Amino acid sequence: MTWTSLNAGAATPEIFLLIAVCAVLLIDLFVSDAKRHVTYLLTLGALAVTACLLVNGLAQPPQLAFSGMFVQDPLAGVAKLAMVLGAALVFIYGRAYAEARGLFRGELFTLSLFSLLGMMVMASAMNFVTLYVGLELQSLAMYALIALNRDNVQSSEASMKYFVLGALASGLLLYGMSMVYGASQSLDVLTIAHNITAGGANRVLSVFGLVFIVVGIGFKLGAVPFHMWMPDVYQGAPTPVAQLIGTSSKVAAFVFILRILAESLQGFAPDWSQMLMLMAVLSLALGNITAIAQSNIKRMFAFSAIAHMGFVLLGIMVGNPYGYGAAFFYSITYLLTSAAGFGLIMLMSRAGFEADRIDDFKGLNQRSPWFAFMMLIVMFSMAGVPVFVGFFAKLAILKAVVSMGLTWLAVYGVLMSLIGGFYYLRVVKVMYFDEAEDTHPIVAGIDARAILSVNCLLLLVLGLMPDRLMYLVTAAITHSIVQM
Amino acid sequence: MTTVVLFYLFAVVLLGAGLATITAKNPVHAALFLMLAFFSGACLWMLMKAEFLAVALVLIYVGAVMVLFLFVVMMLDVNFEELRKGFWKHVPLAVTVAIIMAVEMGLILHSRAAEVVVGGLPEQAAGYNNAKALGYLIYTQYFLPFQLSAALLLVGMIAAIALTIRKRKNTKYINPAVQIATKREDRVRIVKMAAEARPTVGEVVEEQPKA
Repeated sequence: MTWTSLNAGAATPEIFLLIAVCAVLLIDLFVSDAKRHVTYLLTLGALAVTACLLVNGLAQPPQLAFSGMFVQDPLAGVAKLAMVLGAALVFIYGRAYAEARGLFRGELFTLSLFSLLGMMVMASAMNFVTLYVGLELQSLAMYALIALNRDNVQSSEASMKYFVLGALASGLLLYGMSMVYGASQSLDVLTIAHNITAGGANRVLSVFGLVFIVVGIGFKLGAVPFHMWMPDVYQGAPTPVAQLIGTSSKVAAFVFILRILAESLQGFAPDWSQMLMLMAVLSLALGNITAIAQSNIKRMFAFSAIAHMGFVLLGIMVGNPYGYGAAFFYSITYLLTSAAGFGLIMLMSRAGFEADRIDDFKGLNQRSPWFAFMMLIVMFSMAGVPVFVGFFAKLAILKAVVSMGLTWLAVYGVLMSLIGGFYYLRVVKVMYFDEAEDTHPIVAGIDARAILSVNCLLLLVLGLMPDRLMYLVTAAITHSIVQM
Repeated sequence: MTTVVLFYLFAVVLLGAGLATITAKNPVHAALFLMLAFFSGACLWMLMKAEFLAVALVLIYVGAVMVLFLFVVMMLDVNFEELRKGFWKHVPLAVTVAIIMAVEMGLILHSRAAEVVVGGLPEQAAGYNNAKALGYLIYTQYFLPFQLSAALLLVGMIAAIALTIRKRKNTKYINPAVQIATKREDRVRIVKMAAEARPTVGEVVEEQPKA
């Protein structure tokens, strides 16, 4: 192997992040509890530098690195930028929350950064081995993060459930990958795609493996019928961790799916398209209908996430760059919306009080008209009300579905979103038309308030002019995924 | 032919041991069955001429990890019977589902199925070294996943420490650094005071009246 085939420069952001995590880990050892904000600032600094390196890499043409194990292309670049942004928002919104609950420890930062590193590797992996290792790095750090509040029974239970089901899903994924390896005699994404189109892969064996791969993927994305862990994990995990799972990790799962299904198993698109359609239809129904019955807002977010993932699956199912682009746009805007939603929950919480019931939002308009308006934007965007960005995300997906000739599926999606509109609007109703029960002033730092406001207003701004982001996302997809 | 017979023999033992691991009533027996499963797996690798991996599996998993695991199982005072109460209740359903799945999988793979290319293992040149080839691949082609696995182990370590370390407030714990850095002033106090007059011999000491 020569230095050129290593081409380590393509992975500069990951390499920097790994070194930065190790540095944060060591420096944190010598920082006293009172000065823990040093770790916080270092972490944000590391994320900022990583983001700069990623932007720098966007301008370069796609290139393979580490003997074809790793790829740096616009798809990975844009997705990784979104993930880094998602992680930074987790730390900014979660700081006061974590401080009040004794979670403001070095492990919160190092484990989150390691999880982010795993997601970034997932987004750039071009080989089943790298894909799997990235996924495990992300999940293992996540299991520990959920249980970080170890004296909380709910957290431990959530972590245990996630761990056992996650291990099972990893096993299924690995089994499926080994079948595809057996059929196509390669682990490399591009070689598998080549062997399949050249007819060198055993069809029965590949599709057999594909079933297991789709099951593993469905679990990671939280699509029905592999969604059982979502509500418990969202409710039990400390809110910043739930935010990390609900934002960055979903984008990572999306790119992971594209790498496996759209890039390596493109030749079996008719097969996996059917499976994804089934999961999408079930997710849309179960997510939206069950969310109505929730009184806990974090659980409601979990079910709404299931429904949103149903939309993402619809986009991927289309199986062409339009569909992928729409799903990518959906994932990134969902990251922003969901981050703002969790940020508002943490904004309302304070020491010894967790604002995780819908009733806790009663009369928010009397307490803080500004943040009631912010929550209104988030809820409207999630429901897909026009002029907010969620509407354009849904519209793009539905357009792609209709262009495939599946009008009934688009109609079904709209109907399910209408049902979903009910529980989002209920939160708005509670905020504006109910009397406030809780009269405590909102305690949150100026940084969290400012960034949260910018985040929410961005949902409106992006809704007014979605074309820039849409163009970026579509260009990233068309320049990255090679049509066979 | 011998290889095929041996393969099926080890495979059957492996599956049986795996099944016994989850059905054994005694947790120590379960751990021992798991060891047997690992060992059969190692034998399968040996048949595929991956000697280094086979030896590493036996040394590391059977030799170290499982022994540690056995210790933990024996030390922990967990009522395993209590944990396994629901197990037999669900067995009929689980077995039914498992059988249906196995039959379905068999049908799919058997039908027009899998004409998988069954090529023998390539003959290796003289002086071929299994460990050397593995090491070469790990540090060239699979360099990235190898390094990431190292990060994965680091995460495991951080997670284990973060989840288990507890500082009890009432432990009588000595800080060696403080102990070594102690100065004389911290331990000995020199008190300046006027000399006291002692009663000299012959002087009459007033006795306390007895109560």
